[in-house]
Amino acid sequence: MQPERRTYAFAVTECMAALEASRKSDTSILNSLAFRGVVYQVLLASGVILLGWYLYHNAHLNLERQGIATGFDFIGERAGFSIGESLIPFDSAQSYGRALLVGILNTLYVAAFGVVLATILGVTMGIARVSSNWLISKLASGYVEACRNVPVVLHVIFWASVIRALPPPREALNPFDGVFITNRGVIYPLPVENAIYPWMGLALLVGIAGAVLFARWAGRRRELTGRNVSTFWPGLGIILGLPLLVWLAGGAPLEWSVPALRGFNFQGGTSLTPEFVGLLVGITVYTGAFIAEIVRAGIQSVPHGQVEAARAVGLRPGLVMRLVILPQALRVIVPPTTSQYLSLTKNSSLGVLIGYPDLVNVGNTTLNQTGQALEAISIMMAVYLMISLSISIFMNFYNRLVAIRER
Amino acid sequence: MTRQSAARKPETTEAVIRLSDVNKWYGEFQALKDINLTIKRGERVVVCGPSGSGKSTMIRCINRLEEHQRGTIVVDGIELTDNLKNIEAIRSEVGMVFQSFNLFPHLRVIDNLTLAPMWVRKMPKKEAETLAMEYLERVRIPEQAYKFPGQLSGGQQQRVAIARALCMQPKIMLFDEPTSALDPEMIKEVLDVMIELAESGMTMIVVTHEMGFAKTVADTMVFMDAGEIVEVAPPSIFFEAPKSDRTKLFLSQILTH
Ligand SMILES: Nc1ncnc2c1ncn2[C@@H]1O[C@H](COP(=O)(O)OP(=O)(O)OP(=O)(O)O)[C@@H](O)[C@H]1O
Ligand SMILES: [Mg+2]
Repeated sequence: MQPERRTYAFAVTECMAALEASRKSDTSILNSLAFRGVVYQVLLASGVILLGWYLYHNAHLNLERQGIATGFDFIGERAGFSIGESLIPFDSAQSYGRALLVGILNTLYVAAFGVVLATILGVTMGIARVSSNWLISKLASGYVEACRNVPVVLHVIFWASVIRALPPPREALNPFDGVFITNRGVIYPLPVENAIYPWMGLALLVGIAGAVLFARWAGRRRELTGRNVSTFWPGLGIILGLPLLVWLAGGAPLEWSVPALRGFNFQGGTSLTPEFVGLLVGITVYTGAFIAEIVRAGIQSVPHGQVEAARAVGLRPGLVMRLVILPQALRVIVPPTTSQYLSLTKNSSLGVLIGYPDLVNVGNTTLNQTGQALEAISIMMAVYLMISLSISIFMNFYNRLVAIRER
Repeated sequence: MTRQSAARKPETTEAVIRLSDVNKWYGEFQALKDINLTIKRGERVVVCGPSGSGKSTMIRCINRLEEHQRGTIVVDGIELTDNLKNIEAIRSEVGMVFQSFNLFPHLRVIDNLTLAPMWVRKMPKKEAETLAMEYLERVRIPEQAYKFPGQLSGGQQQRVAIARALCMQPKIMLFDEPTSALDPEMIKEVLDVMIELAESGMTMIVVTHEMGFAKTVADTMVFMDAGEIVEVAPPSIFFEAPKSDRTKLFLSQILTH
């Protein structure tokens, strides 16, 4: 079970109840645990607020005395610097606010990919570590030990250097048709924009919803009849089939922008920048090692007797994992994995070292140009706080889903 | 599907389990030495012996929770080899009850019982639940069906474990010291269930030190020591006139305290 978090409202009700009780039993309310709890919390909260106000006030006075501008007016001013890569249009004539937004989006972009890839890598390696296959489990332990014992800064710099050491565009590696790996990043083809694509995106979402419904239906049917309906291929069919139909209905546009070497660089297609790839690989490989350890510990936390009992009733190894081990392991896995997601997100700020324009990078430039360190830093802190809290809230919600009742 | 697919030999209408020259090592240590034992359909066998004598190891070999290295084990006409299909076929015919219950703590009692019938036997949920309730009646705790194992007493948990094994409608039941982890007042409720099961004609192999139970239920007593079967005899002879000195010593120790 999750430890119940004592909300304020709860504490207050508890306190009222204690007052009531103390009146009845004639013992002093000062001895009531609940009452004392509320008093301490009120004192602590007031102390924190007072301290915060004092610090702010003090800084404000000092800065004013030195003639340094304070306040957040700079946000609307012209930024005057350009940003290497951006998910939204940006040029140097736009405001600091917009620049910071570009940084926030870049942070979210690399963190989102990082979380997904680190989870896939970590779960795979974690299960591999407990594999009975000697080679597989040794390879996985090798990965874990090599990666988690090196500071994440080195990972990021290492992978960025690896990419810079790749051949220049003229001698690009060409693993697949149209895909080029160079010291300028990974360049790949992109379909030329067409009105049908947003609709295909919508069809994809509808397809995913359809596949979920189908899986539910299959589960119910299995309960009713005992027949196992395979869900993987039909589900994949629904997810991919709908966009395909839309594409065909839209006249099957086939125009691609394929990268081609022009002079010293590629034209056409699109690219993942070396900074993005270096940062992504660095934080993914590092965090993946920690997640692998968490997954291994989770699986091993399930007593061996559980596996034996499940095998003794004739369950196949895959079903033992899915029906007996993982449900019990998840509650051990989820909370520490949340911390890993949080540290991955915060570690993405190391992008500043290799020139990836994440929030810290853009915020730092803003700080240097405006000289308003406190404001710039507090914006960055507030944004990270918000991202982290969102991850925590989502993961707590997920944890409540998988946290199992036992008594 | 599991019932028919595995190859079956015709001569086994009588002997349902046959261990021939079974040897097992844990590394250097030999846990089983030339074990020979034949068990007939409907036979009730009680295995006893000092701690570390290999009792658990032997019965765990019968459903392949442990692997033997030499000799053959044939269960219900199927020889135990590396063949995963055969192993699963045997496991679904052989129920096992552990000393430490090993109920699935994340599933309610009823879901503990229906898990294998649904996923191994492919039984519809409704049908599996009806079956589960039937067996919960038999072990006399139908009212606990919707609780979690952690909410039950040890005796109740062990009876759920017995019902869980019975839900697969096995031909053979293995018990590894089913009452050793229980408080004295709960031992009887579990033994009563086992006596009833024995009376219904189930083939049973029970590792236990409950000699009263052995005397009422056993057709055959097996005494093991240091990885060997020392003596096999009906209880009347086993308790009154054991042949081996080791058996005599063991019995004098266990019956006097
Ligand atoms: N996994 C293992 N690895 C190494 N040795 C083992 C293992 N399991 C059992 N043994 C050894 O094999 C011998 C037989 O063990 P087993 O559990 O079969 O004894 P037992 O007769 O069931 O004893 P008990 O009455 O204590 O349960 C013991 O000496 C034990 O130490
Ligand atoms: Mg034992």
